[in-house]
Amino acid sequence: MPLLRPQLPTGPHYGILAEFATPTDLYHACERVRDAGFTRWDAHTPFPVHGLDKAMGLRRSPLPWIVLVMGLTGAAGGFGLQWWVHADAYPLVISGKPYFAWPAMIPITFELGVLFAAFGAVFGMLGLNRLPMHYHPLFKSKVFERVTDDAFFISIESWDPRFDPSATGKLLESLGARSVELLES
Amino acid sequence: MAQTEAELLDNPVAGNPTLILRSPDFHSITEAVAEPIERRTPIGWWFFFIPSVALLGVLGVAVSWLFWEGIGIWGLNVPVGWAFDITNFVFWIGIGHAGTLISAILFLFRQKWRTSINRAAEAMTIFAVMCALVFPGIHVGRVWVAYWMFPLPNQMGVWPNFRSPLLWDVFAVSVYGTVSLLFWFVGLIPDLATMRDRGTNSRRKFAYGLFALGWRGSVRQWHHYESAYLVLAALATPLVLSVHSIVSMDFAVSLLPGWHTTIFPPYFVAGAIFSGFAMVLTLMVICRTAFRLEHIITLRHFDYMAKIMLVTGTMVGFAYATEFFTSWYSGNPYEFFVFLNRAGGPYAWAYWIMVSCNVISPQVFWFKKARTSIPILFVMSIIINIGMWFERFVIIVTSLHRDFLPSAWGYFVPTVWDIACLAGSFGLFFTMFCLFVRFLPMVATAEVKTVLPQADPHHGSGRERESKEHRAAWPRGPEPAPEGAS
Repeated sequence: MPLLRPQLPTGPHYGILAEFATPTDLYHACERVRDAGFTRWDAHTPFPVHGLDKAMGLRRSPLPWIVLVMGLTGAAGGFGLQWWVHADAYPLVISGKPYFAWPAMIPITFELGVLFAAFGAVFGMLGLNRLPMHYHPLFKSKVFERVTDDAFFISIESWDPRFDPSATGKLLESLGARSVELLES
Repeated sequence: MAQTEAELLDNPVAGNPTLILRSPDFHSITEAVAEPIERRTPIGWWFFFIPSVALLGVLGVAVSWLFWEGIGIWGLNVPVGWAFDITNFVFWIGIGHAGTLISAILFLFRQKWRTSINRAAEAMTIFAVMCALVFPGIHVGRVWVAYWMFPLPNQMGVWPNFRSPLLWDVFAVSVYGTVSLLFWFVGLIPDLATMRDRGTNSRRKFAYGLFALGWRGSVRQWHHYESAYLVLAALATPLVLSVHSIVSMDFAVSLLPGWHTTIFPPYFVAGAIFSGFAMVLTLMVICRTAFRLEHIITLRHFDYMAKIMLVTGTMVGFAYATEFFTSWYSGNPYEFFVFLNRAGGPYAWAYWIMVSCNVISPQVFWFKKARTSIPILFVMSIIINIGMWFERFVIIVTSLHRDFLPSAWGYFVPTVWDIACLAGSFGLFFTMFCLFVRFLPMVATAEVKTVLPQADPHHGSGRERESKEHRAAWPRGPEPAPEGAS
């Protein structure tokens, strides 16, 4: 299960953290880091920057498929529950309606489909993002506290095959980084 | 400032102006939203909080007495049962709908102005649903059998009737409450992380950090996050339309003249959005002044909201007229009697309060002066909520109080406990809202930052042209707007 395995590098260093001044600088730096062939790296922004996922070369999120499967499960479960209660477990005549009056079962089928799909969206998103994760080496950096305010970062992790503490730092500096920091693991 | 702003709204060549005034940088947005939470509790907050808690206490007393004594303490009797109870339930559920409209439907339509108000509106939705859930929960006065509403295996071997709209309602409202809470929480995660990172003491860091789930603003995380947000918006949109439709089916599926009409679902949804926007407006007018957020929640936002209220209010008025026409055109004497009785019978006073508050008074919003005047907006928002409460009262009580046989006719009068439950539900709502604005960021800062011009990574190219356009529309900083830039 790759989801449950720790996703952090094991060496003495976690990686390199570089700060950029604006979303524009970050965007161009991401394109360069992507083109340099790095794979274990990330960008950090206070808000979703439009198009940055493409600049980083990320593939489409698989989340909609999780939502679809969960939504269909919820709808099928909801419909099945109503069918089982009225046609099998507790058949009750109410104003002469048939036991299996399926049109009357659509609203609850729909509601349960939406409920399960929403669970799929939220918990699927948290799972794909490996959250909650209250500890992370990035939190040791003082400047990183501003990532949720107004600062933009690129972090390159030390287990990337192309990672080299000095050369990677120089590369990030050449891309216009405001500051570059080597982080302990 | 307000003067200039109102004048600028008149500029038809404004194009696509900035939504946030005073051209702030990212940090000043964080500062404007987070600082009021971190500061010592202002006296003004207690001024709202203490009366709210007192009203919540009234609800506690009323509900305790109800559980002790039974529903006889309410004014319900044949032929009008649960008049206030159902009215309050439908009223509060309706209030919630504007929050979902702002957070989900306007998101799908890419209405970027929603970012300034969506957090508070979603919070309002959740608190309104809480208030609404009180009423079905207590309506039989025996809260210990509330689990009968749910399809739970029980010692009696009895299952609920899934063919009944009342059970659809249980599912619709509880799913709506749950999905709204999830949507709100997902939106809060980045802002809770902001509060965590700004935290000055370890208690604050721990409390916000716990719920921020270790968010680190990573683009790989944003990538899935944005996908989840879009999916949730797409799910919440049909959900919110279904909720008030199903609430209306509680009435429409019955065989009672005045209830048994197919117009109910769209009519109820329009009314719900109408009343919900009025409540958003009431809250935002107070909050933007109290927390000095006039540059984030601007007159432009109020202008848009007033336009939505004008549209939905007029739709509600059209529904009232259609109901009348259909009752006459159907040739059904019972149906026509109900409507004549509504407008001219013993409850005519309630009917005309409804019409004047919901149909006549919102017509002032045809005028831009009214849409951008804070006092008019505030007064109108309260008038509309009074009108929408009366709409539900009129639908429920006037349809019931004239039964098919004149011997069963009656006149419903609320008791003091009916009124205490209504007032108390406002206590619950405002207590929750006061706590929300005190402890959580009431503006979605991460989302507001995305609508600033410098948030676009391609902002640098063509900067000259762009900023010229912006200057034509809004004053950037203290200097006045130059005229006729093209």
